[in-house]
Amino acid sequence: MIGTIHVRARRFLRRILTRPRIDLPLAVGLVLLAAIGLVTLYSASDGDLGLVGGQAARFVLGGALLLVVSRIPPAVLRSWTPWLYAGSTALLVVVAILGEGRGSMRWLDLGVMRFQPSELLKLTMPMMVAWYLHPRQLPPRWKDMAVVGLLIAVPAGLIAEQPDLGTAVLVTAAGAFALFLSGMGWWRIGALLAAIGGMVPVGWHFLHQYQRDRVLTLLNPESDPLGNGWHIIQSQIAVGSGGIFGKGWLHSTQSRLDFLPEHTTDFIFAVFSEEFGLIGVCAMILLYAFIIGRCLWIAMEARDTYSRLLAGAIGMSFFVYVFVNGGMVAGMLPVVGVPMPMVSYGGTSAVSLLAGFGVLMSIHAHRKTHI
Amino acid sequence: MFRRRALAGFVLILLGLGLLVGRYVYLQVARHDEFAMRSTNNRVKPRAIPPARGLIYDRNGVLLADNVPAFRLEVVPEQVRNMPELLARLGKVVPLGQDDLNAFNKQLAQSRRFQSVPLKMHLTEDEIDRFAVNRWRFPGVDVVPYLTRRYPFGGLFAHVVGYVGRIDADDLQHLDPQRYQGTSHVGRSGIERSYEDVLHGTPGYELLEVNADGRTQRVLETHPPTPGRNLYLSIDVRLQKAAENALAGRPGAAVAIDPRNGQVLAMVSEPTFDPNLFVNGISQADYSALTDDPATPLYNRALRGAYPPGSTVKPLLGLGGLELGLRTPQDTVVSTGVFYIPGQKRGYRDDQRGGVGRVNLMQAIEMSVNTYFYKLALDMGIDRFSAWMGKFGFGKPTGIDLVGEASGILPSRAWKMAHSRQPWYPGETVIAGIGQGYWTVTPIQLAHAFATFADHGLPHAPRLVMATQGPIGSPRQPLSNPPSGPSLVNNPADWDAVNQGMQMVIYGPTGTGRSLASGFPYLMAGKSGTAERYSRTTDAYNTDKNNAYLASRHRAWFVAYAPANEPRIVVVAMLESGAWGAEDAGPIVRKILDAWLATHGGVIPGGAPAPAAAMAPPAPAAPAAPAAPATTAGAGGDNLPAAAASAGGNP
Repeated sequence: MIGTIHVRARRFLRRILTRPRIDLPLAVGLVLLAAIGLVTLYSASDGDLGLVGGQAARFVLGGALLLVVSRIPPAVLRSWTPWLYAGSTALLVVVAILGEGRGSMRWLDLGVMRFQPSELLKLTMPMMVAWYLHPRQLPPRWKDMAVVGLLIAVPAGLIAEQPDLGTAVLVTAAGAFALFLSGMGWWRIGALLAAIGGMVPVGWHFLHQYQRDRVLTLLNPESDPLGNGWHIIQSQIAVGSGGIFGKGWLHSTQSRLDFLPEHTTDFIFAVFSEEFGLIGVCAMILLYAFIIGRCLWIAMEARDTYSRLLAGAIGMSFFVYVFVNGGMVAGMLPVVGVPMPMVSYGGTSAVSLLAGFGVLMSIHAHRKTHI
Repeated sequence: MFRRRALAGFVLILLGLGLLVGRYVYLQVARHDEFAMRSTNNRVKPRAIPPARGLIYDRNGVLLADNVPAFRLEVVPEQVRNMPELLARLGKVVPLGQDDLNAFNKQLAQSRRFQSVPLKMHLTEDEIDRFAVNRWRFPGVDVVPYLTRRYPFGGLFAHVVGYVGRIDADDLQHLDPQRYQGTSHVGRSGIERSYEDVLHGTPGYELLEVNADGRTQRVLETHPPTPGRNLYLSIDVRLQKAAENALAGRPGAAVAIDPRNGQVLAMVSEPTFDPNLFVNGISQADYSALTDDPATPLYNRALRGAYPPGSTVKPLLGLGGLELGLRTPQDTVVSTGVFYIPGQKRGYRDDQRGGVGRVNLMQAIEMSVNTYFYKLALDMGIDRFSAWMGKFGFGKPTGIDLVGEASGILPSRAWKMAHSRQPWYPGETVIAGIGQGYWTVTPIQLAHAFATFADHGLPHAPRLVMATQGPIGSPRQPLSNPPSGPSLVNNPADWDAVNQGMQMVIYGPTGTGRSLASGFPYLMAGKSGTAERYSRTTDAYNTDKNNAYLASRHRAWFVAYAPANEPRIVVVAMLESGAWGAEDAGPIVRKILDAWLATHGGVIPGGAPAPAAAMAPPAPAAPAAPAAPATTAGAGGDNLPAAAASAGGNP
């Protein structure tokens, strides 16, 4: 028995390595992105090879996870979906009860490593929405939309309560994109957005004071010279001073002289913009657009609703990372903890992102099968 | 259908990315010149200036907690390539203890890389000099001035003022990072902890011009911090010293309270420790010495030590008997030496073999006659008993402005059911009547209860801080301490009777505290208490009168107030190992009262003078009258009860 498992595991591993089911354009895009990320991190961390090595190790781990996930057929993923969703939501409840974290409850201590269950929802959320919608008549009716709304609201509410507004936004967006791709009517989307707009004052009421401060600071950065206002001002100086051509690699004065806080994590894109200028920014945005476009292409090639919705939602939520982080660095959006994907140092986000791309690879490999 | 939707989504995404690029074009092209200039001129960094901590004074302005300038070693992690190697090299110039390194590594793990982390506090002159010479070898390491706390009286106020300690990982969880930027210490115990918010103040910041290496060139702008407020304690250093000297290192506690407003005048727990050890991180050796000491110097006995109150609470029980209408002051009980609950075999003994005969309330208090209070407690019943005693604050925190106060235990049916899942037995009511059994009180609780009594039943929560003050020189703002409830005494004559009994403890010929009267010019009242540490296994009389043996079995209490007609001070003393309340704890109370009198120049306006000679023994069966305090004062006669008898009107 044990021997059989052993043999099967070996066969599985051999297949992963010898016959990887990967989409070459997407893989090239990701490798390029990872390379740019490491190069930028080297400069932002002032040549700290330990830091760069740690990030590279995360990419290796994430890549391995990508290969493993890419071997799991979408049909299997689909059958696991309700359990994965329920499990990750239950973990959020556990964290809410006994989690630990500095000032906020996000982490579960597993002894060996600390683990952030909200990270799982970034993947299980679009899976669940796709799972719920796939056997139903599309475009979805009001009732189905209400159920999907509930499926999104419960975990997103728990995450926002931690409080981790950035992740809550990402998780909500992932679910909402699946709904959008299911063909929800335009006027309904308009009505929904209007309703959300109407809820903003109510939501404001529920924000923590520090979250409100961040939004207000955005409007008047000079009011908070020791905190977030400082971040915003210094980040804009870094971006603006980069100009069209940039100051060149390893020549970011803002980061080097410590004017830019969090310059290896949330604000690393400011370092990139300072060193590579507008040309670098455009190239980078193009690369992100290519990856998102490729994801949507894979979604369109898929035959079944579940795979389509899932692949499309994962690709589109990648955009939210880029937009929120890029907007924050450029002083356009408030400071929330959303990393620049594959560039910002640390966190479990690189690993979970790559696992998500593993799902896309699997969907691509099975594009010809009906499930 | 799906293709169209996916394409629509992609178009929306491209629009979003286009918007993003537009913003970067705006910053990097349209406003490039402006930001490029700001970048090259960007030599200004803000730095938080921690506020100076408020000072702590006694009631007369004697400094109890001071800020003194000191120097510490700080490291900016970002500027260090190889931390272990740097620490090893640095250790050869400035000795670094394992404690310093542990604290440093802990804080290093959780601070940002550009924030400096303190490595070693309180550098000596010699260490500063040696580092200055070698400074070029250690980029990222600097000597930084700071204000550190000093407690000039050392152990004398360790259990009151407490101490500050270095901010650690746990503190960072609940401290506001903005308010504590640049601050290295936080209140850990005592007043330092309970008034942390008042003492801390608000940080300011300065804008620094730095050079290309990040070294400060000059200060451009300074927004000064607001220092924390100064505190004035109601404690008088002279009383505190007298209390400490009187305890003379014996494990125990003493508390003095002004009953008129709840202000604590002295609060001592012995043995004590030097709080200065904790300020800059106590060494493991020093800490072990304190925690391994069998006398537990870190333990605040006044606040946290719960002991059976013994006979000290008899006057309060007597007052309850009067107020609840169960007794009149003249009602008598015959003390035969043993008391039996009707129908039960077990006997509850008096202190004197054979008893003292027929006694009324005042005599029962004077001689601490157990039988009187056994019977009274039994007649009152446990429910009324615990309700009455609860009003005096037993079994719950007094609300003193310190953290960590113990509640003690006030026995009741509900408490026993919750504690041992057993019903209440009448025998337990009997021994509660003499302050034994389950009943435990803290010294601060007992002082609070008698302060409430002394102020004619009006309770005030004990207070240590009487005023706060902004910048030095500005006027003190007194903190008011209104009564925490209505008066517990409805009939002033009841109070007078109990007061009379407590005066007879001091002045009566058979009073348990009669040795304490001599030489004290004002009328005082008191009560002794000798509580047993272990429950008695038989009702036989103990024949071993060896004091050392008794001390190992007894806790000695004494409580007194003065002047007895209009009390202005209540003193409680407790020895963990004292043979007898009056003989061992009594002199401590007397010394504190002497010190208190001395602080008033020996004159208490309106205080009734003490009787010139001891009172005549009252006839055991004679109905003694309660004293009317103010009128006896004027009489100044030889025989207080006689004078009182003429004044007191009895039903």
